[in-house]
Amino acid sequence: MNQNILAVERLSKFFEVGGRLFRKPARVQAVADVSFTIGKRTSLGLVGESGCGKSTLARCLLRLVEPDAGRIVFEGQDLTDLDRASMRAVRRLAQIIFQDPYASLNPRRTVRQTLAEPLRVHGTVQEKDVDSRIEAALEEVGLAADFASRYPHEFSGGQRQRIGIARALILQPSLIVADEPVSALDVSVQAQVLKLLERLRERRGLSLLFVSHDLGVVRHVCDRVAVMYLGRIVEEGPVPEIFDRPLHPYTRVLRAASPVPDPRARFALPRVVGEIPSAMNPPTGCAFHPRCPNAMPRCSQEAPALTEMGGGRKVACFLVQAATAGTPS
Amino acid sequence: MTDAVLEIRKLAVEFHSGGQWHAAVRGIDLSIAQNETLAVVGESGSGKSMTALSVMGLVPTPAGRIAPESSIKLHGRELVGLPEHELDRIRGNRVAMIFQEPMTALNPTMTVGAQVAESLRVHRGFNGAQASAEALKMLDLVKVPSAGKRMKDYPHQFSGGMRQRVMIAMALACHPKLLLADEPTTALDVTIQAQVLSLIEDLKTEYGLAVMFITHNLGVVALIADRVAVMYAGEIVEAALAPDLFARPRHPYTQALLASIPRVDRDLKMLEPIQGNVPTIGNLGAGCGFASRCTHAQVRCHRERPQLMPDGPARAVRCWLVGPPP
Repeated sequence: MNQNILAVERLSKFFEVGGRLFRKPARVQAVADVSFTIGKRTSLGLVGESGCGKSTLARCLLRLVEPDAGRIVFEGQDLTDLDRASMRAVRRLAQIIFQDPYASLNPRRTVRQTLAEPLRVHGTVQEKDVDSRIEAALEEVGLAADFASRYPHEFSGGQRQRIGIARALILQPSLIVADEPVSALDVSVQAQVLKLLERLRERRGLSLLFVSHDLGVVRHVCDRVAVMYLGRIVEEGPVPEIFDRPLHPYTRVLRAASPVPDPRARFALPRVVGEIPSAMNPPTGCAFHPRCPNAMPRCSQEAPALTEMGGGRKVACFLVQAATAGTPS
Repeated sequence: MTDAVLEIRKLAVEFHSGGQWHAAVRGIDLSIAQNETLAVVGESGSGKSMTALSVMGLVPTPAGRIAPESSIKLHGRELVGLPEHELDRIRGNRVAMIFQEPMTALNPTMTVGAQVAESLRVHRGFNGAQASAEALKMLDLVKVPSAGKRMKDYPHQFSGGMRQRVMIAMALACHPKLLLADEPTTALDVTIQAQVLSLIEDLKTEYGLAVMFITHNLGVVALIADRVAVMYAGEIVEAALAPDLFARPRHPYTQALLASIPRVDRDLKMLEPIQGNVPTIGNLGAGCGFASRCTHAQVRCHRERPQLMPDGPARAVRCWLVGPPP
């Protein structure tokens, strides 16, 4: 009995950058040997800073970006070598919501046209039922049925994101991949959309991969979280544990630098050293070692593997692994 | 307060649309002292950026105008109504501004060193060699690594965080008294944001700056602000010392805003969104701007506009429901 809706094994993605006549393009590894699973009806948060590969990874899962190596198993089916037609059938069950609700809706189509397209492409609904399905979908995301005849420019950012969610849900998928779905919204509207996602997840028993740079949002939405740095997962585990007791030095830095609305929690602002290195020229060994306050000689030579630490946690760090190896957990 | 670097009274900014003037900023009163950071916090359309642009004399004309009854005083000197050439001398010299996206504010065809040096030549009358030497000092001060070498690079060769450091170097090159920072860290990753915030904090102390820090992020406010002004629909709805505001928010909007933030440091059972949307400027009724979204609103709130009333020695609240302090 398989309890996972999605299993990703050793996924990698390279991009070629630059390069012209007589000059070889540089090869950038955006996703490096990433493995994780998402349990049925659970949500996994994917956090990290810009350029860490979290969005590329999200797109690889639906093969919107073709991965170069690794396996993706969705609902027991290996997606890696599926042809286009079979992949289309899979996409009915795994839908994506994008960050920018302004860019991801066609401005020349009414909401009805936007929502009808997936239904017609996948042919899951008879023509006579299309309108009622659209009405139901709009109602489910908290929009009035008569909005169907309007165009995207007539809506606010929050309403557009609701339309994006309705479009993803109309095919009744089992997995939603949400790429920074609330980052472009004001706080008060962001809370509305998060609450909507929460309600839909409960009602429909959806599984969710939630990509975000905002640890607060992830804490609220997700059961588990994976922290990415330069294409690799450096730490993974249950949300409260990871954010309350981060183990990996990068997770600690990320957590300490995430602002909390409480001046009593004001510490001397963290003196984080250095910038995120370029993925074109990643550091040797552990990619975080040039910024790590406790780096050992070994850290610049070998890349640590993501290792089980007990309690459902995994960490890729020699220091943490060495510290816990002696003490029983 | 006589020691205020900036003192704004009854600031109103209006925009012309559909044959009518609509107020985007409606009667702002605020002041900032030397060595003080005032955070102006609000959602999009609250008028917070327009407040800062008014101080710089950068309200876009002819679509917008500062209403005649407004007063903006810098060290006691009235800025509203000053001719453009006098404003030019104040901008950059006494008041400097940094923006959210440094790439659009930097000239892509000039090296970074030349851009910092240019502001020194224009505002402080340095010759070429003096200006380059001072530019190098400024880039060192904002901790651009190997500044001597990087001065010869162009903005696109800098990361977002480094570009913001360059902007700060340019802003401070002429030793201003007032720094207006409009969402300067919003486009940055959190670890880089922390670096830039601590840089601004250090420089504030070093130069004795008055800082107006505009942001939508209450987490950032908690990190840097001495005092906070919360804006909604073009008005200040609550102003308080930062610790008081977070410990005991008084205005229903401030309370609702704090309840709608998902936090990384604790589990919230419920997130409480604010229903509805921010009203557009052409769409404000006679009453309180927040009344249509307020869960406590009463008949009076929809009919009469409340004033910003003192609530204790260091706080003011604009709400009919907030009585005098116990």
